[in-house]
Amino acid sequence: MILPRLALRNLLGAGLKTWLNVVVLSFSFVVIIWSQGLYKGMGDQARVAQTDAEFGGGQYWQEKYDPFDPLTLQDAHAAIPESLQTKIEKGEAAPILISQATIYPEGRLQTILMKGIDPAQSVVNLPTRFLDQENEDLPVLIGTRMAKNTGLKIGDTVTVRWRDVQGTFDARDAKIVQIMKTNVPTVDQAQIWVPLDKLQALTRMENEASLVILAQDTREFPQTSGWIHKDMDFLLKDINTLVKTKQVGGSIIYIILLALAMLAIFNTQVLSIFRRRKEMGTLMSLGMTRGKIIQLFTMEGAMHSVLAAVVAAIYGIPLLLSFAKKGWAMPQAMDDYGIALGEVLFPVYGTGLVIGTTVLILLVTTIVSFLPTRKIAKLKPTDALRGKMT
Amino acid sequence: MKKVTAFLIISFLFVLSVLLTTSTWAQTPLTGEEILRRVDANIGSDNKIATAEMIIHGRRGSRAIKSKSWVSGEEKSYTEYLAPAREEGTKMLKLEDQLWTYIPSTDRTIKIAGHMLRQSVMGSDLSYEDMMEDPELLNLYEANIIGEEIYLDRPCWILELTAKVEDISYHSRKIWVDKERYVSLKEERFARSGKLLKIFEVKEVRQFQNRWVPTRMVFKDALKNGMGTEYKIETIEFNADIPEALFTKASLR
Repeated sequence: MILPRLALRNLLGAGLKTWLNVVVLSFSFVVIIWSQGLYKGMGDQARVAQTDAEFGGGQYWQEKYDPFDPLTLQDAHAAIPESLQTKIEKGEAAPILISQATIYPEGRLQTILMKGIDPAQSVVNLPTRFLDQENEDLPVLIGTRMAKNTGLKIGDTVTVRWRDVQGTFDARDAKIVQIMKTNVPTVDQAQIWVPLDKLQALTRMENEASLVILAQDTREFPQTSGWIHKDMDFLLKDINTLVKTKQVGGSIIYIILLALAMLAIFNTQVLSIFRRRKEMGTLMSLGMTRGKIIQLFTMEGAMHSVLAAVVAAIYGIPLLLSFAKKGWAMPQAMDDYGIALGEVLFPVYGTGLVIGTTVLILLVTTIVSFLPTRKIAKLKPTDALRGKMT
Repeated sequence: MKKVTAFLIISFLFVLSVLLTTSTWAQTPLTGEEILRRVDANIGSDNKIATAEMIIHGRRGSRAIKSKSWVSGEEKSYTEYLAPAREEGTKMLKLEDQLWTYIPSTDRTIKIAGHMLRQSVMGSDLSYEDMMEDPELLNLYEANIIGEEIYLDRPCWILELTAKVEDISYHSRKIWVDKERYVSLKEERFARSGKLLKIFEVKEVRQFQNRWVPTRMVFKDALKNGMGTEYKIETIEFNADIPEALFTKASLR
């Protein structure tokens, strides 16, 4: 128990030099926790929003459906299988039919996806009830991004052109019945939502769909021929990969910060061992082994991280908590990244993150503090007492 | 003398019968189907070689693209772009519903699936399908005469064409056919709902090898603002001798 007390006393005795190291290291603490929390918040937010509005509890894709290849959409439709039809009737699934189309807002041509959805569905969080309009020939629901790109407003009429199942052109004037605000660009950008039965009739694809979204609490996933079940791991893969990439990218900043702090600690240790030779010689003369002296100096270095954790907690906890409460307003450009972030990003600081960061810094600091002390192992007490380094 | 009289009577009766038959035929009103057959016969040919210029009028100005096409029946066509320099050497080969494009700058041949044929050609109002289609309308549509009109100082029949096959781009068309030349001078293409989608207007007709050919025309997407795409045929040769080897992928490079 003598070693920790002695180490702490020595460390505090060093005064300003110690506190400079501690403050720099505390920055690393706060920045690591803040940035990792930010990415975790981003991932969580995107996952929740996308699950809510698009993925549900998993999806069944018609075997030819490939969302990344619009040219396959023409063939990506089939009759809904019986097992899924039962779920749809119970309100546990929502079929979506997707067709490539062109709209002409103000005489400009824009290629879009026309998605058919049951207005009465409650599987995904989209305001599809607005599509339930008997007196409209083709009611359309669009998102705010689509409305902005096309200049369309509620009540506007726009011509939509598409091809039916045989490849024959058809066109109608559609009415914008609602503009929805959603965090999920993939249910908004370059697409319009129309009632499923109308789209099925217009494309002559009765009772057909391109994909079926399951309710979030679905536990049973029946095998269906011609339809492929896509679980949440698959559907969220892009978001998870994106967050991981961002985390790796962001880690460069705190690796630099940590490296700076470690460099300072390493330098302090080297200097300290050089200047305290006589002290080491005295300790050896009093019976302290080389191992104990190495432990003492390593502990002194490692204690920088303990003090840094305390300092980081003093100013970091209120700062990070206020940040978690108020969030971070996202710039408009982030909206075009295709990830459901929302306008404000709320960081999430998990216990694992805080403990993990503390352990990581403690470990790195200990290693960096230990490295210069290896010289002590070769130190002769007589040389040390005379202020010599062998 | 009797023989001479008998010969004269027989000759007179023959001439009379011929005249009567001819005039009856001439006066029989043509059906839409017959007009369409003559339109197809005027423009249709087994093989064609044409040099054309396409002028695309966009919002940022106009650009002209010159090309030479070799067409064999309805299934095969080969086009080489001659100008501007940026497009020069680009070649397209269409075999049935597949299209291959060779781009010299990348020295790559890209196969384009059937659906890509529906995309716009270099930002024009024409799709690859529109540009490369040369179908005999009679095989695809039922024709009815719905009126007559003077168009470009030419007397025309107005025919309404309704698709008789399922897999066709335009469910109905309205065409203005020159009564003497059997050439379509104007065409409107409609969606299944009856909405007008595309307009094709002929501005000039010239005679090549006893056929009347529209040599300057404008295609316009009726739903889109703009001046459309102008298409000029500079030379055309019907029933030309085209080597079969041209319609192979090897000829693209």
